[in-house]
Amino acid sequence: MGILEVKGVNKRFGGLQALGDVNLSVQENSVHAIIGPNGAGKSTLLNCLVGKLIPDSGSVMFDGQSVLGRKPHEINQMGISRVFQTPEIFADLSVLENVLIPCFARRDGAFRMHAYETVANERELRDMALHMLEDVNMHDKRRMLAGSLSRGDKRRLEMAMCLVQSPRLLLLDEPTAGMARADTNNTIDLLKEIHAKHDITMCIIEHDMNVVFSLAQRITVLAQGTPLVEDVPDRIKGHPKVREAYLGEAQV
Amino acid sequence: MRGLERRDVMLLVIVAVMTLFAPIILNPFPANSAMAQFNAGYPDLMQRFVIFGIFAIGFNILFGLTGYLSFGHAAFLGVGSYSAVWMFKLLGFNIIPAILLSVVVAGLFSVVIGYISLRRSGIYFSILTLAFAQMSFALAYSVLGNPALINLTNGETGLQVYPSDPQVLHGASAPNVTNLFGLEMRQTCEVKLGGTASGLSGCDTHMLPGAFGETFWAFDFNAGYYVCAVLMLIVFYLSIRIFRSPFGMMLRAVKSNQQRLNYTGLNPRPYTLAAFVISGMYAGLAGGLMASMDPLAGAERMQWTASGEVVLMTILGGAGTLIGPVLGAGFIKYFENIFSKINDGVLHSWFAFMPEGLENLFVTLLHPFVGKGWHLTLGILFMLVVIFLPGGLVEGGQRIGRFAFRRRNRKGGEAEAEAARKQPAE
Ligand SMILES: Nc1ncnc2c1ncn2[C@@H]1O[C@H](COP(=O)(O)OP(=O)(O)OP(=O)(O)O)[C@@H](O)[C@H]1O
Ligand SMILES: [Mg+2]
Repeated sequence: MGILEVKGVNKRFGGLQALGDVNLSVQENSVHAIIGPNGAGKSTLLNCLVGKLIPDSGSVMFDGQSVLGRKPHEINQMGISRVFQTPEIFADLSVLENVLIPCFARRDGAFRMHAYETVANERELRDMALHMLEDVNMHDKRRMLAGSLSRGDKRRLEMAMCLVQSPRLLLLDEPTAGMARADTNNTIDLLKEIHAKHDITMCIIEHDMNVVFSLAQRITVLAQGTPLVEDVPDRIKGHPKVREAYLGEAQV
Repeated sequence: MRGLERRDVMLLVIVAVMTLFAPIILNPFPANSAMAQFNAGYPDLMQRFVIFGIFAIGFNILFGLTGYLSFGHAAFLGVGSYSAVWMFKLLGFNIIPAILLSVVVAGLFSVVIGYISLRRSGIYFSILTLAFAQMSFALAYSVLGNPALINLTNGETGLQVYPSDPQVLHGASAPNVTNLFGLEMRQTCEVKLGGTASGLSGCDTHMLPGAFGETFWAFDFNAGYYVCAVLMLIVFYLSIRIFRSPFGMMLRAVKSNQQRLNYTGLNPRPYTLAAFVISGMYAGLAGGLMASMDPLAGAERMQWTASGEVVLMTILGGAGTLIGPVLGAGFIKYFENIFSKINDGVLHSWFAFMPEGLENLFVTLLHPFVGKGWHLTLGILFMLVVIFLPGGLVEGGQRIGRFAFRRRNRKGGEAEAEAARKQPAE
């Protein structure tokens, strides 16, 4: 049994079958990559995992509990964090505040009426957030408005916001898209380090094969809403079905 | 003060000093000069400054922090007023129970309205709150003011205290006007500065008679104003704490990106509801104070124009800033009370030094903007502020400050000011 078990998930958008009978099993403490051409349904699958979408049928179990029907914040409190394809951050807040908010969510749960104490006095959480910012090399930008960051920095910030929660499962939707080469390499190193240090299970969607092959222990190839193959990276590389899915149209 | 940053404490101190000396600050012109009509330091108006200040401070906690624009906050103000007058009728003229009940009832009311309205956001939320407020207005105006059935509001006439009311806690020696343990809210001590000697009454005093010839200043120190002012300082302090608290940060996060908040494991709904209820209680307090200054409550206090007014105050002053709503409230109330008093007679006296034709021309030109036309002036000012100063009067102040700052250190300051702009508070 994996920590995440997706069974027979279907999702239609009008006439379009975005997900057709998807099965996926992510083992605890592994890095599992999902690859596939544009429009394959990768983001849709993640949406079904975090409560943004509800599948038409099928089941999604996280650590033995169903996530279906739960609200996004409840799913996050179960231990699933997600980095979005287009960065979702608090643009009007400072970088430090962006990282502080998940710290509060982790310590105090989905709601707590702490209206009298000041944020400035929360030493412990501030240290935690500042350490996280150091880890992603953004310590010197902590006072900037998050909305004024570059695209790559926004991604790194969003990743820091997820990592600081120490989630049990981290979902990453193209975490390196829009990053410069050097930043991409830093991100790979960061994810490797986090994975080694904190036993975080990761499920990563990525177009950059360099990233996929240097991180993933297992890879699932998704095409037109259905998993084609699932295997270890070495056997995915030369797999004929994968070539077909990616290059299919080109060969015709 | 514990845990607050220096600049917040400074702001609080400045506001405290200004409110305590408001009777002097607002009456800068000699009482017997032509400019005296610009003096705003009379008890009635000063009370309104701080009461609407409280209303706007509370509104800003909801609108300024979460971005949820309520168009129905006057309902809570009205409910607060009615509750207070009921306390006067049932218990007596001490304002403490009245103020407490007005806050509690407005709080309960806002739990219900907030719970339902917050199921939607954006324009739909605004419309829902507006609908609730108009329903409350209609209820107060007719349904609940029906002498034949239940008479909670006394309909059109408005709720007031009659000699036949029970007033069970009303002691034999207690004053027959609203009071705080015997201190009458209408009690005013006038301090006269300069001018010729005159007969003094009660607690009035005369300082430096004759020092400025005929010219004299008059300052009114009113008990009701100081009660309201102290309460405003307390709730202003609480609002600073809310702004700087984790709760306040979550509210700003709601405004910034509710989606992200959800996926960060936080439930926006109780946060927004709490903000809504807090701001409703502020409104209730304002309503209770209004009734405490003048024990009368009418349905018109709940009308949508009153809800709109607090929106204007907050935006004009600077939504989401600490001091903005207070400035906005003062600004609008000043216009309402001072500009509306300038009539053609006053205009003629101003331009009397000009040749007849020119005088008439000026009076005719200015006529639409003063007196009954004060709304026009306010509207134009509001548009100018929104277009050129989206951050309200506070942004105006900041720009002036920055300008002065830059002039002073033309060389080194430039880069620093630039950096300050790019790096908001943590
Ligand atoms: N909310 C929606 N409503 C309608 N159609 C949608 C919705 N979300 C996704 N789709 C469609 O479902 C299909 C799968 O989309 P999805 O975003 O999951 O692809 P993807 O694999 O993430 O692609 P990419 O690599 O470009 O991000 C696409 O054809 C898309 O247009
Ligand atoms: Mg996608």
